[in-house]
Amino acid sequence: MNQLMNPRRTEKIVFFFLLLSTLVVVLPVILVVGIIVVRGSSVLSWEFLTALPRMGMKAGGIFPAIFGTFCLVVGTVVFALPVGIFSAIYLSEYSKRGRLTRLIELAIVNLAGVPSVVYGLFGLGFFVVFLNFGASILAGSLTLAVMSLPVIITASREALQAVPKSFREVSYSLGATKWQTIRHAVLPHALPGILTGTILSLSRAAGETAPILFTVAAFYLPKLPKSVFDQAMALPYHLYVLSTQVPNVKLELQYGTALVLVALAVLMNIVGIVIRSYFRTKKQW
Amino acid sequence: MVEKIQVQDLSAYYDGALALKKVNLTIYDHEILGIIGPANSGKTTFLRTLNRMNDFSPGFSYEGSVRIDGKDVYRDWEVPQLRKSVGMVFAIPTPLPITVFENLAYGPRRHGIRSRKRLSEIVERSLKAAFLWDEVKDRLHESAMKLSGGQQQRLCIARTLAAEPEVILFDEPCSGLDPISTAKIEEAMRELNKQYTLVLVTNNTKQAARVSDRVAFFLMGELVEIDETEKVFTIPKDERTEGYVSGRYG
Amino acid sequence: MRRYYERVVEGLVFASGMASIIFVILIFVFLLKEGLMLFREFSVIKFLLGKHWYPISEPPQFGTLPLILGSLWVTLGATAISVPLGIACAIFIGEIASGWLREVLKAGVELLAAIPSIVLGFIGLVTLVPLVKNMFGLSTGLTAFSGSVMLAFMAMPTIVSIMEDALNLVPKTYREGSIAMGATKWQTIRRIILPSAASGIIAAVMLGFGRVIGETMAVMMITGNAAVIPKSIFQPVRTMTATIAAEMGETVQGSDHYFALFAVAILLFVITFAVNFLADWFLHRKKAR
Repeated sequence: MNQLMNPRRTEKIVFFFLLLSTLVVVLPVILVVGIIVVRGSSVLSWEFLTALPRMGMKAGGIFPAIFGTFCLVVGTVVFALPVGIFSAIYLSEYSKRGRLTRLIELAIVNLAGVPSVVYGLFGLGFFVVFLNFGASILAGSLTLAVMSLPVIITASREALQAVPKSFREVSYSLGATKWQTIRHAVLPHALPGILTGTILSLSRAAGETAPILFTVAAFYLPKLPKSVFDQAMALPYHLYVLSTQVPNVKLELQYGTALVLVALAVLMNIVGIVIRSYFRTKKQW
Repeated sequence: MVEKIQVQDLSAYYDGALALKKVNLTIYDHEILGIIGPANSGKTTFLRTLNRMNDFSPGFSYEGSVRIDGKDVYRDWEVPQLRKSVGMVFAIPTPLPITVFENLAYGPRRHGIRSRKRLSEIVERSLKAAFLWDEVKDRLHESAMKLSGGQQQRLCIARTLAAEPEVILFDEPCSGLDPISTAKIEEAMRELNKQYTLVLVTNNTKQAARVSDRVAFFLMGELVEIDETEKVFTIPKDERTEGYVSGRYG
Repeated sequence: MRRYYERVVEGLVFASGMASIIFVILIFVFLLKEGLMLFREFSVIKFLLGKHWYPISEPPQFGTLPLILGSLWVTLGATAISVPLGIACAIFIGEIASGWLREVLKAGVELLAAIPSIVLGFIGLVTLVPLVKNMFGLSTGLTAFSGSVMLAFMAMPTIVSIMEDALNLVPKTYREGSIAMGATKWQTIRRIILPSAASGIIAAVMLGFGRVIGETMAVMMITGNAAVIPKSIFQPVRTMTATIAAEMGETVQGSDHYFALFAVAILLFVITFAVNFLADWFLHRKKAR
């Protein structure tokens, strides 16, 4: 084959098809975002963002859903970040290469692979029923926190391991204890990486529907939650309800909700990436 | 002369491979002991045993004993306390990527000093002792990474001093530096000698000759000879020492 | 005092270190605790091989075969589409494109990863579904095929990013050696880089598969949700994930239906556990080299 065909020409043809395949993947992305932006922005207004829904969600705003998602994200970070960072510290600074570490790594890989709807069931069985939190912001946050753990741990561990060994040596040589060394010579320099990983995982948590389906989500609740034990609306669930559960909702309203959700997720991603690149250029080691 | 550090029958291994072989020596208070020898002669291993930095080397094990102020470093000393008393300056400058001031305050803060005034005093005193004060007194709150290589190394010396040690270990402290920076650091060492006990590991025999009171020569994990600097360089007892100081190998 | 404090912190660190293991066990235990209740009265064989999923008929039928096959059809379809496209995409972005083109394409794939699945499901519902209906002249566009296309699209960021990593891990000297011997770039990619990155590529495929089989919302919205054993990919199907998501809201806690959905979740958990375990094994084999 190769003798018969000019390799340069083969290469050109192959590269053309590779480009084509890549465009098949990337162009729809642009198309999808384009459609959402164009059609969603027509309903986007101050009122849409800040008002309560009316007439069984067929009119009015989506404020409770935005607020609910905000509560869930805050709850998720409150639970997942400390555990995630400490877990990463254990893996990066304390554990020795061995069977236990391998087991933890395997557990992390598996947590990352558990389907989101299974997290939903776990949250229902454990947080809602067994711990008796009921369907609430608390139960939903905890469920999303468990789901976010693997990403936060992995990102934090990488960030900790990227801190040069010499920082630790210097700290020890000055008489610092192990924890002091981690706290003052390692953690501060790993923080940008940890932050980026956390924000990216939160942006995913904010967009998840299945885990909150049975743990927090309220179908139609035109008021704000008063405590963490209340149910709440959330953006992704609201979009699901609008697009499949309520007949005759104006399509524009659905696009508007989708736009807000996408904007939120993209914004969080951009913030995470900006933090990463800012510190990468500033980094001097 | 007061005996500061006593090393008895010290052997060290990495994963079972011999790195130090039955070393016996004494280091006196307020002296500068130079340690010379070719690469892999065990001199850095020896140095890092004195403040237990070898604890972080994978596969390290030891036999024998090291006593500082009469207390065994592996049995009697609390490790953080030991490392505070026995400071260390590394081969390459290792400033932390924080301000000059914070670099200096790192040790004192870890030992519980909170007062800003106290910290400022320590910072100033340490920088002066390392002959760096005049160069950085207006840049205390800039990143230490902006200093030149020689300044960074003196910063590391000052940082070690700020922890208020009694012994300072230098691990080839001038290996990456130009002659002028080297001269400044040697000047600082001679000045520090009045107050501290210094142990200097160096590849540069001339530097050992210029700075030390006594010199120890290590070869393949063995202490070949230890004596006053003059004697080691002019009338060495062992022919291997003579070979090394006259530049035949290493 | 300092020592005491240190001990407490170290205890906390260790406990957090174990968190991942604890949660995996907790998840499994709670799925088992509820799911196994079904089998007090309902046989495992009938659960796994039964052809009818009629949870609210009298007596109820909890045969998961249609659900398993539904998941399998959609997933295999998605894999068949996404693997070749993903490999092509990773090669093009990682090895061929350069400069701004590379950055734009990369950003495109990352943007896709950032879009919540519910949004993609919604867009699929209003664009892809009618398209499929008209294109193939079907009575409904809510089919396994629509689901496969959608899921292939959603799995792309996972597949592309892991494959790109695998390609990046191939030592530079391999490329340079091959180019120096007069091979073209494509020959180098095909003969040198792809074989060396093989286990990473396999891992990417498996993780993509795991991602697809676990996807819930988008699938539920566009595959039509008919719990029948599919005869063609142009029929509506219902996946395991969609079944759980759609029905859990209507069940009574402690009913057989409730337990049956947990039992389906056990199945899902076991499948994804196995897939991820294998993928991880492939990745680690590569690292060990």
